[in-house]
Amino acid sequence: MSLSRRTFIKGVIAGGAVASSSAYLFRGGGSLLGQTSAPGSVERLITLVVNGQQRRVDALRQETLAMTLRYKLGLTGTKLGCDRAECGACTVLIDDVPHYACSVLTHSVRGRQVRTIEGLASPTGELHPIQRAVVDEQGFQCAFCLPGFVMAATGFLKTNPNPTREELAHGISGNLCRCQDYDKILTALMRGAEYMRGA
Amino acid sequence: MAVIRDPMPAFELFQPTSVADAQALLDRYGAGAWVLAGGLDSFDWLKDRIKRPAALVDLGGVAELKGIRERDGGLEIGAMTTLTEVVHHPIVRERYSILLEAAESAASPQIRNQGTIGGNVSQDTRCWYYRAGWPCYRAGGNICYADTPESINREHAILQADRCVAVSPSDTAPALIALDAQMVIRTSDGDERVVPAQDYFVGPAIDITRMTVLQPGDLLTTIRIPATWAGARFYFEKVRDRQVWDFALVSVASAMVVKGEDNGAIIERIRLVVNGVAARPLRLEAVEALVQGRPRNESTAVIASNRAIEGAQPLRFNAYKLPLMKNLVKRAIRGVEGGTWTS
Repeated sequence: MSLSRRTFIKGVIAGGAVASSSAYLFRGGGSLLGQTSAPGSVERLITLVVNGQQRRVDALRQETLAMTLRYKLGLTGTKLGCDRAECGACTVLIDDVPHYACSVLTHSVRGRQVRTIEGLASPTGELHPIQRAVVDEQGFQCAFCLPGFVMAATGFLKTNPNPTREELAHGISGNLCRCQDYDKILTALMRGAEYMRGA
Repeated sequence: MAVIRDPMPAFELFQPTSVADAQALLDRYGAGAWVLAGGLDSFDWLKDRIKRPAALVDLGGVAELKGIRERDGGLEIGAMTTLTEVVHHPIVRERYSILLEAAESAASPQIRNQGTIGGNVSQDTRCWYYRAGWPCYRAGGNICYADTPESINREHAILQADRCVAVSPSDTAPALIALDAQMVIRTSDGDERVVPAQDYFVGPAIDITRMTVLQPGDLLTTIRIPATWAGARFYFEKVRDRQVWDFALVSVASAMVVKGEDNGAIIERIRLVVNGVAARPLRLEAVEALVQGRPRNESTAVIASNRAIEGAQPLRFNAYKLPLMKNLVKRAIRGVEGGTWTS
């Protein structure tokens, strides 16, 4: 039987999610006691809209969106590099705007549209133009930074669909590539912009 | 220090929808409360376990703190307006381009999409001894770890140090002071207090544990930009190690009104501000007085730059800030071909 690393990790995550939600059901709110009346208090069990789907999730108050996406929802395409808003690997779109998911509280995205790298392709599996361009140009080396770059570029191109190479470089300047493959990444993303305009 | 990847330690979280509710929560939790704006400064403190607040009051849902409006010929910017919104606002672009340049020079695109102008001016200093949790003066102790013979203090202060040698990290602050912005504060007892931007920031001689005049329970609600300097001749430059993320080593902002053209131009009025050299952004009033009425040329720029660094006391590793500050002041007075930072 072949078991990919990714499938294995997702299996572990699903197990953890069951365990944590049972704790929620059987132990009750815990720290909620005595706090419920204050204006602005939050519930732990919340609904997020991720890649167009409503997802119920039991989120700690101090939980970041990157943690929720990866370890509660199994969306491991969002990478955690520095966890300090200094590398860009965790970039996702919130209401079409790029944000570092490591530095957003999960509770602050209730009612907003979250899009991750998993939500870029069409439901039928057809790749997003930027993804196609990355494949065509082979724009990345190790590609750990790829999801962050692709999401940052997707968000930037919504505000500037026809950028110069310099403008695009500025637009994705909040992402680091440890392989120093910036030139090829830019070439791939410029091609992606071209595909998007043609689409 | 080692990066900790576990979730942050638990805190209570509140997401009020009005300033009044937010302040009631701040009052209720007192010293245990923490105001959360964009969160980019806050999460470092919390993730590193240096600050352990009992309750976060997230202002992200308070609509009255967001947005940019015209007011008395100038602008009124809600404290929770993101830096990206400031950068893209047509009136900022047209009349207050210095604020656009300053806001766009901050951090990275993602951080500007989330970081707020109120947070940018109210953030804490980046002195890493302090941020690593060392019990220094600023943290309530009785020593400065950045000012010893062995300290690494390349980024620290050269002016107005008083026990603490930390510097202000804000990029928008010098631009706002140059524009004579007014900071509107809702105090904990519900009063409104309006403070000129240059007095919003405090040095260690006034309060060594705070960067601004905000007292516990106070909230910065609005930043007002008067019409006074709309469309003036602006100069902004931020010098840093990397063009993204990094804080300023030294930055300069000037707003100027001149009479006459090119070589014959006389400086009628000017406001000149530097940051990255002291615990608060410094308006150089003595230099302003010196250059007013003088021609806008190289010799005036030289006089200004010499006066600007009077009294400066470099530490072991930051003497380079003296020529850097002098050159930036020169550029801010006489300009430089293609010298403004563009995106």
